[in-house]
Amino acid sequence: MAYELNGNSYDHDEEGYLTDLSKWNSELAELIAEDEKIAMTDEHWEVVNFLREYYDEYQIAPAIRVLVKAMKKKFGPEKGSNKYLYELFPYGPAKQACKIAGLPKPTGCV
Amino acid sequence: MADVELDDRPEGEQHPDPLEIPALAPGAMAESRPFPASEAHNTALGFPGELVENWQERAIDKMGELLTKYRSLKVYLDSCVKCGACTDKCHYFLGTGDPKNMPVARQDLFRKVYRRYFTLTGKLFPTLVGAEDLTKDVLDDWYSYFHQCSQCRRCSVFCPYGIDTAEISMAAREIMDSIGVGQKYCNEIIGKVHKIGNNLGLPQPALESTLEDLTEEIEEDTGVTVRFPLDEEGADILLITPSADFFAEPHIDGLIGYAKVFHEAGASWTLSSYASEAANFGMFIGSYEQMRLVARRIRKAALDLGVKRIVVGECGHAYRVAYSFWNTLAGPWDFLDPNYPVPMHICEYTHDLIQKGKLKFDKSQNDHMTLTLHDSCNIARASRMGDTPGGQFEIPRAVIKAVCNNFIDMAVDTIREQTFCCGGGGGLLSDEIIDIRVKGAQPRMRALREVVEEHGVTHMAAICAICKAQFTKVLPEYGFERDTVVSVHQLVSNAIILTPPEDDGAKDDESGDDDAREVLEPRALPADAGAEGEIRDE
Repeated sequence: MAYELNGNSYDHDEEGYLTDLSKWNSELAELIAEDEKIAMTDEHWEVVNFLREYYDEYQIAPAIRVLVKAMKKKFGPEKGSNKYLYELFPYGPAKQACKIAGLPKPTGCV
Repeated sequence: MADVELDDRPEGEQHPDPLEIPALAPGAMAESRPFPASEAHNTALGFPGELVENWQERAIDKMGELLTKYRSLKVYLDSCVKCGACTDKCHYFLGTGDPKNMPVARQDLFRKVYRRYFTLTGKLFPTLVGAEDLTKDVLDDWYSYFHQCSQCRRCSVFCPYGIDTAEISMAAREIMDSIGVGQKYCNEIIGKVHKIGNNLGLPQPALESTLEDLTEEIEEDTGVTVRFPLDEEGADILLITPSADFFAEPHIDGLIGYAKVFHEAGASWTLSSYASEAANFGMFIGSYEQMRLVARRIRKAALDLGVKRIVVGECGHAYRVAYSFWNTLAGPWDFLDPNYPVPMHICEYTHDLIQKGKLKFDKSQNDHMTLTLHDSCNIARASRMGDTPGGQFEIPRAVIKAVCNNFIDMAVDTIREQTFCCGGGGGLLSDEIIDIRVKGAQPRMRALREVVEEHGVTHMAAICAICKAQFTKVLPEYGFERDTVVSVHQLVSNAIILTPPEDDGAKDDESGDDDAREVLEPRALPADAGAEGEIRDE
């Protein structure tokens, strides 16, 4: 199981999450998004970039509430809602956006 | 397959019956299988990495071991008379029509192997007594159908012999793990608990930062500083809650509710980053050893922090493990204050304060909603709250009614001890098996549809992290909004009136002195603390 890009192969798990997080790059993100039937826009990138920054600091994706709040602070109230995030990532901002951002899947009762 | 066509009904037609028996669809769900655990996930828990060579022999040995260890298992396998009372009681059968999801058929997947190797007639005349060899095909069937049981025990309520399919499912999963056939969702998560302390894999700094954010948020909303203490030694109460409460919606709204209640009670409480998980997936995979390891983290945290009490947040199976198994797994708890139950459910805690008039509410804050309650199966059928039978049904309802003006129950044969599993319990809350999750939710969704259309219900409360996550996912499949499901303590959070900071001089006379701290009188422990069929060991 791997993504193929520019002659390189990037292993992923059964659900498409990257196995080696350090191999992530923005072109690969576009490819993963394509598999998820998402065409990446600036708005998608705002979320993905925030997730990666947060992950760099805390080694985990942020709580939805934290993400919503950060989006609101950074990009304005119309982007700080659960609904907005679901519009961007219909399968759920936590799981789908994490996959595109090259982060591990949040596990547990979520 | 029973189709979900709620909106296609001709006008005036009855609501679809949540208990409607579907047309049989043999083999419909045979291909529904969760992802297998990787070698790393299995070996981290001490299981073989992959299917061992002599798997059949080892599986039968393991079965023999379990039959000796758990007498109940042998009784369940021997006592079924095929009366059929259970056949239409499983939500997965009702939702799929697959006859192997009839509880008796699920049990028979195990029973036929038991008969072949452990009964005289099965050894001599296998075909006469429905005994079968443990072949690879049988093992594959086990993997499919023992992962279509959420161990919710609804069938056992109707079985005249009290046969508990949950225990048989747990045994089957334990046998599979012992030969290297693990399930990814559960085994990966248990590994994270051992390594990081919670199912989510949430490290201490992230937890701390999230909690600080919540304090900030409440302050912005209300002007009152409500703390979320973490790792505070010497606190009276340790709160153990599912890590989903730190992450997901609407779980986190419940967490905010707990904190507000503790705040208003003036309680000294803390969370633990070492035991930042109430859930215990060791139960789902039937592993006593894994369940023990997870439970002992909580004991260690309680001892290290020097707490006097343990309160468990809104998590169904966590409370089942705590209520029914903690004493054996991690007891004795004689270092805790004997005047309080071990464990105490957060609903019990809040209910006590309400009874004593320690909390004030503005119920109109919830007037935009009409609530119903989904009794979480593990709370309903494997535990108890308070000191009277049925407290696990009455107390959550009493809490909701204390904070909401509008509450309507769903049909009587779909709630309380007859409640359905949400469809995602027992280690089935995994995305690759969303099909069985959606279908298993059908009875509950139909019962909900009925009260929505007949009584204007707008929201359904739950007290389990799995229920909340599962419903958030499947509600849209049935034409409801995702946020129809709410936490019970989210409702408490909405309505509770927080006492302004003291320096505002706005405190009322009653709590003007320093006894704003919680002054709960200890209450009697239940005389009969045993949940039905599952003995709470003393």
